[in-house]
Amino acid sequence: MAIAAFSASAIVLAGCAGGSGDEAGGEDGEITLTLATFNDFGYDDELLQEYMDENPNIKIVHNKAAITDDARANFFSKLGKEGLADIEAVEVDWFAEAMQYSDLLAEVPDSAKGRWVEWKEAAATDADGRLVGFGTDIGPQAVCYRADLFAAAGLPSTPDEVAATIDGDWDTFFDLADKYKAATGKPMIDAANSTTQGIVNQIEFPYDEPDGTVVATTNPEIRAAYDLVVERGIPNSAYSGQWSDDWNASMANGEFAAMLCPPWMLGIISGNAPDVSGWEIANAFPNGGGNWGGSYLTVPGNGKNVDEALKLADWLTAPEQQEKTFVNVGAFPSAVDAQSASSIVDSTNEFFNNAPTGQIFAERSDAIEVTPFKSANYFKYNTALQDAITRVFDGVEDAETSWNTFVAEVEAF
Amino acid sequence: MTSTATRPAASGPAHRPATERQPRVLSFSQKLSRWDLKVSPYLYISPFFILFAITGLFPIVYTAVISFQEWDLIRNSGTFIGFDQYIWILSQADFWTALRNTFSIFLLSSVPQLILAIFIAAMLDRNIRAKTFWRMSVLLPYVMAPVAVALIFSNMFGDNHGLVNNFLTSIGLNPIAWHKDPFWSHIAIATMVNFRWTGYNALILLAAMQAVPRDYYEAATVDGAGPFRQFWSITLPSLKPTLIFVIITATIGGLQIFDEPRMFDTFGRGGAANQWLTITLYLYNIGWGEFNFGRAAALAWILFIIILAIGLINLLVTRRLVRDEGGRGVVRPRRRRKGAQQ
Repeated sequence: MAIAAFSASAIVLAGCAGGSGDEAGGEDGEITLTLATFNDFGYDDELLQEYMDENPNIKIVHNKAAITDDARANFFSKLGKEGLADIEAVEVDWFAEAMQYSDLLAEVPDSAKGRWVEWKEAAATDADGRLVGFGTDIGPQAVCYRADLFAAAGLPSTPDEVAATIDGDWDTFFDLADKYKAATGKPMIDAANSTTQGIVNQIEFPYDEPDGTVVATTNPEIRAAYDLVVERGIPNSAYSGQWSDDWNASMANGEFAAMLCPPWMLGIISGNAPDVSGWEIANAFPNGGGNWGGSYLTVPGNGKNVDEALKLADWLTAPEQQEKTFVNVGAFPSAVDAQSASSIVDSTNEFFNNAPTGQIFAERSDAIEVTPFKSANYFKYNTALQDAITRVFDGVEDAETSWNTFVAEVEAF
Repeated sequence: MTSTATRPAASGPAHRPATERQPRVLSFSQKLSRWDLKVSPYLYISPFFILFAITGLFPIVYTAVISFQEWDLIRNSGTFIGFDQYIWILSQADFWTALRNTFSIFLLSSVPQLILAIFIAAMLDRNIRAKTFWRMSVLLPYVMAPVAVALIFSNMFGDNHGLVNNFLTSIGLNPIAWHKDPFWSHIAIATMVNFRWTGYNALILLAAMQAVPRDYYEAATVDGAGPFRQFWSITLPSLKPTLIFVIITATIGGLQIFDEPRMFDTFGRGGAANQWLTITLYLYNIGWGEFNFGRAAALAWILFIIILAIGLINLLVTRRLVRDEGGRGVVRPRRRRKGAQQ
């Protein structure tokens, strides 16, 4: 009996949901759109209210997950069923996994196509040529450093000088780290795996190719990256990886003097080291440019208000709104027109000695030549490679053993 | 027609004494009360079983079904592949590392935890002032959310700026590589588990201790037995059934350990060299990291079988151990009686 009652109520619920959805498209019926994001996209109440004022029949409910892992688990456990929000934010790291199910996502309207930087749009287009993601932000990387520590080590310390010193390949960058270490006895770089990330993000087909060929263990570029980080990155790094409590604390206490920084990292640095005045940004990146991070908005195809959701996603990722989210939380726009807008070009960051951040990151964005192909397995391979470097860093395994472990792990997938 | 006509007469009260079939023919209320006797107990306990069937049994069976399939959660479809997933898991080096870690953490937490819990319970069982205060304080760590506990402890066990290592270096010792060496990472995780569960177990054991008749202790005191002798020969043997319960729940909990190792570092994947990868963490990584629910389901069943096996071994060993202890104490009379019967 209880089971019968249970299923009966489920049917009633489903019926209600379907009914209200169909009728919501009517002339004067109010439509509720749900928007699910994570961390902070800069979609504050004011911004959403603006849209609701323009479209009186729309009500937006915004749900924020604390971290992207939560959003990822939620997204994949509900995709293909019911219960996803009308608009779901997807992080670039697991966007490739979502692209496997691109047929379940609604297509971006033609009017919005061509709005984003080319590679951002290309990554969201599936084999059938359907564009299914609205680009939000991107993460063109620069180098953040402690001018005071650089000066104390007898190295060039103004942003222009440092940028000129770094301008070159990864060896140039590690040469500077060697000099810093020789002068101070301390590592210059925050974490070995942030350099791994930086190098891998410059390889076009790091782990596998679009036709499904896995090259993770045979790719000479990956092996070269591994060797380079093991030989020169590890001795010059304070930590193996980022995000630990120790690493967070280290931004304030001068354990290291430089880190690779996409725009979203600025907030993390200033948040962890509010009382340190030496942090500055050099407008340069080893080997040119590289992108790290950034998200998309997607509209699940089986939602109740797909058309209205597409309109809202379109609006949220339009250049004007991307300018506003940059002001709100520093999310650097992926829309080409927004990048050249005066509100961004003229923006400065007080914490980083009033660095012209908008201009720096626009230039860093232009410098991006290669964006890696990320398959659905990218996350696994990348994690395995980073683990391999961590093992060498920790002294748990030597370089060759750790590489063999990595090979074995990849073969097991 | 005839049968319906005769029936009322046949079952009429007038015939009852003659046929002596009185007990078989029941009035409605009699039937009801008989049903009441037979069925009601089942009805009263049914909410649990109905709820269990929906929320417990269904997932278990569903997991079993999925474990034999290459399952796509999103398209909700699968192809039958037999025991492939089980074979795949058993052939993974990661699985055996996880098994080793799980047992290591389980032993490092359960053994000291139970010894400490018995000790604390024995202390609380004595006549002390502000009893309730002490008893409630023991339960405090259990009330804390495991994630909060893990956060605090991972701060303590930080490699560079952790409280413990800061202390060690300040007195001239070498810092401990909490996140590098498997043994030390297990110690750190076991500490979190012990912090949370020792008090809980102590209270359960305390309740059992309070149920031991005080006459035993009085008699033992008269016989000249000291507190330790009393503890070994009276308290411990009397705790037998409770101990079995506590040990089995600790085993199940210990083998399913998840929160603490997941919160032990930022990535929550069990360490770069799987130093503190436990079975449930491995299951989570496969299920929610790789979205391979077929393999995760197979692993869940393997874990279930392991827990079942360990639980049984546990039961047998504890029974034997506690009975042997009891041989010298309270249980002795029963043994004698057995001997007499033979």
